[in-house]
Amino acid sequence: MSILITGVGVVAPNGLGLEPYWAAVLAGRFGLGPVTRFDVSRYPATLAGQIDDFHAPDHVPGRLLPQTDPSTRLALTAAAWALQDAKADPESLTDYDMGVVTANACGGFDFTHREFRKLWTEGPKSVSVYESFAWFYAVNTGQISIRHGMRGPSSALVAEQAGGLDALAHARRTIRRGTPLVVSGGVDSALDPWGWVSQLAGGRVSTATDPARAYLPFDEQAAGYVPGEGGAILVLEDSAAAEARGRHETYGELAGCASTFDPAPGSGRPPGLERAIRLALTDAGLGPEDVDVVFADGAGVPELDAAEARAIGQVFGSHGVPVTVPKTTTGRLYSGGGPLDVVTALMSLREGVIPPTAGVRSVPQEYGIDLVLGESRTAPLRTALVLARGRWGFNSAVVLRRPEPTS
Amino acid sequence: MATLLTIDDLRRVLIECAGETDGTDLSGDILDTRFETIGYDSLALMETAARLESRYGVAIPDDVAGRVDTPRELLDLVNGALAEAA
Repeated sequence: MSILITGVGVVAPNGLGLEPYWAAVLAGRFGLGPVTRFDVSRYPATLAGQIDDFHAPDHVPGRLLPQTDPSTRLALTAAAWALQDAKADPESLTDYDMGVVTANACGGFDFTHREFRKLWTEGPKSVSVYESFAWFYAVNTGQISIRHGMRGPSSALVAEQAGGLDALAHARRTIRRGTPLVVSGGVDSALDPWGWVSQLAGGRVSTATDPARAYLPFDEQAAGYVPGEGGAILVLEDSAAAEARGRHETYGELAGCASTFDPAPGSGRPPGLERAIRLALTDAGLGPEDVDVVFADGAGVPELDAAEARAIGQVFGSHGVPVTVPKTTTGRLYSGGGPLDVVTALMSLREGVIPPTAGVRSVPQEYGIDLVLGESRTAPLRTALVLARGRWGFNSAVVLRRPEPTS
Repeated sequence: MATLLTIDDLRRVLIECAGETDGTDLSGDILDTRFETIGYDSLALMETAARLESRYGVAIPDDVAGRVDTPRELLDLVNGALAEAA
């Protein structure tokens, strides 16, 4: 059984929908700018990847608006687009044959911030009953499942920025256990004042003010990351089931997955990323020589960049494979980061072009990586590796393969 | 005599609290239409009851709100309490 990606839905700061996003990433066009949802001028960090052209009532049923956080509205939109893209009509499929597996890292900050304000100023009776689930990590899975009538095995995964890849891995597992179609991915958003300070508290958010020079993974001047909102939702299917419903076009195959956890600090043992890469390759039945491009995690923090460069070098050798971090244009999207990178990688495989790591200019020689800088690079591509790391030790890797050309 | 709640007041509160259901005409005669039919579940009714309480000062316990089937029943409940208090 192979697991195919048959549809994608993208909600990104530099493109609402797959086509505008892909065009922006190829051109290295940034979706970063000063936060405009509140007065950010007195905060130490001011830049974020905001989705400014999303008008929720155009995309989300009216009945769902009073009960959803911005993150869930984006997730619902991406999921609907992914199903449409996959030409999968949930009403024509069996409800228990469809599942939903999403990742989430932030929950519903904006919604909760507003309800907490009511709690303090008007008392508990003014707090929306919908707060009971609107804040919750599993809410995107739940709302997508309810809206589309998908009653098969469903779950939510939380592993900071690595969680989105873990969700895809668990979607694959769910399909292998007998659910033919699973909607999966991740979307986050936390750009209200409370969400913003919570992100700043992590200590790694860039305080730079030039969007083109704020998030510089693997650059000599790396000094933190820019957070963003959005992500991607994908439709994953068992190849036989996709074939049976007449869906022959696919983006590619989810060929290998692995997740590892870092050892405790001070243990002296190496971080788990290299092991995740090797395990994912083994899972895919491939070797390092089969990988044509790596979509790196790209933390944008010097010691983390060095560790990732080391892991890539250990597996592929010095300058052994092209590496790119297109997420410099969107910011780090937490649970949305991995799935969006997967979409980007699938488009790269389809079109034979690697988008650049926009903004980065100068990579330290000792990193030993072939980072795609400046402009996109054309190359024959068959296999891509996507990496993601989540704060506090999560490492995840997935291997994607281009669909076999039909003969 | 206390100001009584009209169906239009209730309609406004319903939409405020739980949104509008696409494809259902709330502007029509919904007095005896079941909440279920126009897409309002028990959570929507709890939210509506809380809003009615803060706006009209009528306490509707959650278990009572969950048992109300139609806008007419809810109106009678609220207006009965308002009349009693007056």
